[in-house]
Amino acid sequence: MDDLARHRTARRARIGFAGLWRTIKVGFKSLWLHRLRSLLTVLGIVFGVCSVIAMLAVGEGASHEAQEQIRKLGSNNIIVHSVKPTDEQKVGSQQSYVIEYGITYLDVERIRQTIPDVTVVVPGRIIRERVWNATQHIDAEIAGTVPWYPELRNLVLLEGRYFTEVEMNSRKNVCVLSEPMARRLFPLTPPIGNNVRVGSDYYKVIGVISQEAVATAAMGNIAKQENGRSNSAATPRLYIPLTAAKSRFGEILVRRSSGSMEAETVELHELIVQVHNQNAVEETSKIVEELFSRNHKKKDYELIVPLELLRQAERTKQIFNTVLGAIAAISLIVGGIGIMNIMLASVTERTREIGIRRALGAKRRDIVIQFLIETVILSGCGGIIGVGLGVLIPYFITRFSEMATIVTFWSPIIAFSISATVGLVFGIYPALRAANMDPVEALRHE
Amino acid sequence: MTDVPYIAALEEVTKTYHMGTVTLNALQGITVNVEPGEYIAIMGPSGCGKSTLLNLLGCLDRPSSGRYLLGGDDVSMMDDDELSEIRGTRLGFIFQSYNLIQQLNVVENIEVPLYYQGLPAEESRIIATVFAERVGLGDRLYHKPFELSGGQQQRVGIARALVNDPLVILADEPTGNLDSHSGTEILALFDELHRAGKTMIMVTHDDDIGRRAQRVIRLRDGRVEEDIRNG
Repeated sequence: MDDLARHRTARRARIGFAGLWRTIKVGFKSLWLHRLRSLLTVLGIVFGVCSVIAMLAVGEGASHEAQEQIRKLGSNNIIVHSVKPTDEQKVGSQQSYVIEYGITYLDVERIRQTIPDVTVVVPGRIIRERVWNATQHIDAEIAGTVPWYPELRNLVLLEGRYFTEVEMNSRKNVCVLSEPMARRLFPLTPPIGNNVRVGSDYYKVIGVISQEAVATAAMGNIAKQENGRSNSAATPRLYIPLTAAKSRFGEILVRRSSGSMEAETVELHELIVQVHNQNAVEETSKIVEELFSRNHKKKDYELIVPLELLRQAERTKQIFNTVLGAIAAISLIVGGIGIMNIMLASVTERTREIGIRRALGAKRRDIVIQFLIETVILSGCGGIIGVGLGVLIPYFITRFSEMATIVTFWSPIIAFSISATVGLVFGIYPALRAANMDPVEALRHE
Repeated sequence: MTDVPYIAALEEVTKTYHMGTVTLNALQGITVNVEPGEYIAIMGPSGCGKSTLLNLLGCLDRPSSGRYLLGGDDVSMMDDDELSEIRGTRLGFIFQSYNLIQQLNVVENIEVPLYYQGLPAEESRIIATVFAERVGLGDRLYHKPFELSGGQQQRVGIARALVNDPLVILADEPTGNLDSHSGTEILALFDELHRAGKTMIMVTHDDDIGRRAQRVIRLRDGRVEEDIRNG
């Protein structure tokens, strides 16, 4: 009985890689047989993956923009603004009076003396005025500053030059325009060498500079960016020497409104303290805060630390990402359940096929692999389509809405591997159910 | 007779089904020995245990008691994986309703048993093609089952049962779904296989098969009623 002997030695080679590849092909074939159903099945995964990538891209873009703005303020800087104390604003409207508040030259001196590792202290005056070039005009902030201001605020000189120390000492009427302002006032002619008028004074334009980011306390919060003071972010600035500002505008600002006169005395509107070492920023900011709170009776100043804002922005981003992750997880689980649902239906529908395969020598493991591969193909293809859409959608968002989006390279990878895992996990139950069918029953199934 | 090893042997095999509180004794002690090259028809009224017996012979089910030796090995105590292996290597199945896999074409259907034995794709493709030609389907190799007539589909089924060179071919009403012309063709094919020395066991109502078979086993109420050898 050669025949028997031959049969007794198991001739089954292991179903190796080639066998797996054949199973994958068979899987593709049976999914292709039900194209529409397969497509509908994977939609959950497709939208899950695509929305994860798109949302992450939008979030990343928004936070990147915020961080860029904060970085422009200079991460080694501590910025102090003068703020009108709130309780002084409510005074009888018929009276004329003078409010005195804000940062003083004395504060600058105090900081210089108290804190040794502070290199530059930039005093600035900011006056809101209308700026004219012939008939063109724009409402702007006139900033009286020092020559090294742009360097400190990471501003880029686009044309011409900034004013020099000599010009500052001689109170020259020169000015540097921020870029949007230059575009508005000099739409056709080059601005440099021309004059602009503020009130009754003329200033010679010597340079154009990039628009600066405006420090606000709301900056660290991505979600809050729409509110708060960010409306002033668009206000263009005109830079003139501090000394010129002082002599042209004086220290008293007078505002007349229906019968009452209101005057404010503000020595300095803005002050920038630059710290040598980034690690010392927080400590220094505490000292500055301390100095101010000791010498100012009212809270007429505001401290802004870009570094802190940056950290806050990062924390916000983390929360944002966590929320996104949760949404992603939910949508992928929903997608996975969709796949499981269809696979269970498919298993029932193909009971007969399972019976046939079992009768022809398929082990339980073979059946498990067959159905598992089908689910993984489904979720994998869904993942790929989702990644494609997820990369395309941010592109179109940026294209049509000017919202910045950034697709980080890891987000498609993570989204895809999660979707494949979901397929694997949710495929296990239907596959086991298929494998545990009684072959006799399965063959009898109609 | 004594020194001829049986290719398949059932010894006092019983099968009991428990359905809730009802107990059904489908087989009540069956002893059958099958010699190599035999052509056996199992007949009997419905409910006599034919299907149960075929399921046991086909290793799709295990007996409640008794022994079943197939090719010298006791398969009655084997686990599921081992039984799958046995089905894939020692048995060939032919079904009444052909049981072809609809999404696969003729050659691919014939290949299925080879696939589960891990035969390389090219090799199994060649073998399957040879068997398809042998049952007269050389010009239908890449047709899907629904494109074939009943008789052609059953030929695919037969080729599939032969492709792994089994010890025993089991058939369940192989002509039950066929018109008499195709049925006769299929029966002629069986005769041919018998002449080639294949061992075949068929469950049937068809007296034609009964007449052609070498041995007829009649069952009644889960027991062997008679076991006759024709000529």
